[in-house]
Amino acid sequence: MAGRTNLYGLISGNKWKTAVFIVGFSLLLGLVGYALGWYFRWGTGMYALFGLFIVAYNLILYYNSDKLALAVNGAHAAEPAEYRQLHNVVEEVAIAAGIPKPAVYVIDADAPNAFATGRNPQHASVAVTRGLLEIMNREELQGVIAHEMSHIRNYDILVMTIVAIIGGLLVLFRDIFLRWGLFWGGGRRRRTSSSGGGQLGLILVVVGIALAILSPILVALIRAAVSRQREYLADASGALIVRNPYGLSSALRKLGSYEGKLPTASSATAHMFIANPFGKDRRGRMDLFASHPPLEDRIARLEGLTLPEPDEKG
Amino acid sequence: MILLIVIALLVVLVVIAIGIYNSLVVRRNRVQNGWHQIDVQLKRRIDLIPNLVETVKGYAAHEKEIFERIAEARSLAINAKGPAQAAAANNQLTDTLKTLFAVVENYPNLKANENFLKLQEELSGTENKIAFARQFYNDVVMDYNNATQMFPSNVFAGMFNFKAAEFYTAPETEREAPKVKF
Repeated sequence: MAGRTNLYGLISGNKWKTAVFIVGFSLLLGLVGYALGWYFRWGTGMYALFGLFIVAYNLILYYNSDKLALAVNGAHAAEPAEYRQLHNVVEEVAIAAGIPKPAVYVIDADAPNAFATGRNPQHASVAVTRGLLEIMNREELQGVIAHEMSHIRNYDILVMTIVAIIGGLLVLFRDIFLRWGLFWGGGRRRRTSSSGGGQLGLILVVVGIALAILSPILVALIRAAVSRQREYLADASGALIVRNPYGLSSALRKLGSYEGKLPTASSATAHMFIANPFGKDRRGRMDLFASHPPLEDRIARLEGLTLPEPDEKG
Repeated sequence: MILLIVIALLVVLVVIAIGIYNSLVVRRNRVQNGWHQIDVQLKRRIDLIPNLVETVKGYAAHEKEIFERIAEARSLAINAKGPAQAAAANNQLTDTLKTLFAVVENYPNLKANENFLKLQEELSGTENKIAFARQFYNDVVMDYNNATQMFPSNVFAGMFNFKAAEFYTAPETEREAPKVKF
């Protein structure tokens, strides 16, 4: 499909896929919630309380995402006098992206990597490791920064927070069901005669129960899938911002040849980095739980792009 | 009952109309902001030049011709009246700067000079910013023009006199690689 090989097509395709994932995820949540509600006949108050806790917890994380991410990774503010080129690159990409210049941080690590964080473009930060600054040339650095700025501009922190909230609620329901439901047993029998829905309700419940048991795996899969889609999106958006896919693809090549891992890597923050901070992918092929797509894939997509012709449709 | 529905519908339509009008305003303002951003970067480049010239003179004082050309281009850019003159002056400045950097290639000591390297980074950074500012300007022009042409916002555009904006285009003339004379 010609539409998917140019930058605009890639970007709209990725946004669609993310929307599909999130909608699917929410449907999953609704299904499990329905099953539980049918089984326990609990008042909505109980669910609301737990649900509120999860939402509140994630919102607090989201609002402070920049401070947390920076603190966890030992980032310190980059002095403009010392990191002149880095600041220049961040400024010029911010102009191209049409967002305010984010705060610039440096991480004292040899492993080359970078991340962006912040709840919206007005409160954003970008951090790079010393290792990255050392091995990348200016064009590659620009590509990396453009990728990170795209995360900011595409509100990816918000997207991943929504996914985390839905995921958290899903796992919550599963916990409630398994722990309390099996313990108490027949919460259902008292009301069988008065519950409506009949056959359909029963099927939904069975499906909901199955999902509830499998939900931690599903949550991990969906979270990883959304994270990967957003990474592809950030690659394409970044290339569009600086009108140049080769800076980033060259940078990804260099990242691919680095053997080590980032000391402060953790699975909670892994998705924000430009490359998997745990080091090279364990398997060459697409790992469904990986937060990042394989580097070869990302490079191929970037370098396989065709420039849109003036009269091209789609 | 029907009256309520009609009133509700009208309210919804008015809200939508306000939304469309406001989005046109926002887009037009973005275009104007984008245009002025370009000026900001061009001015920044003009300000960087004296420092650059002094550093180069320290090593290549006899290259008088290029310094004169830069001074002339810079003064033209500062005194330009109107966008057409400013555009021409800034393009001339771009050319003379390219020539200057071509000249610098012949002075390895200068090329290694830390001050010069910093200035070079600043200038090349500024050139990038100018290019990106123009690119961003064209992006918002496209967005605004889309809004003035697509239905239903084109109706509002016509009613309230939102005219399409012009893209920034680079000058037509081909540029040869700058020739350096000794």
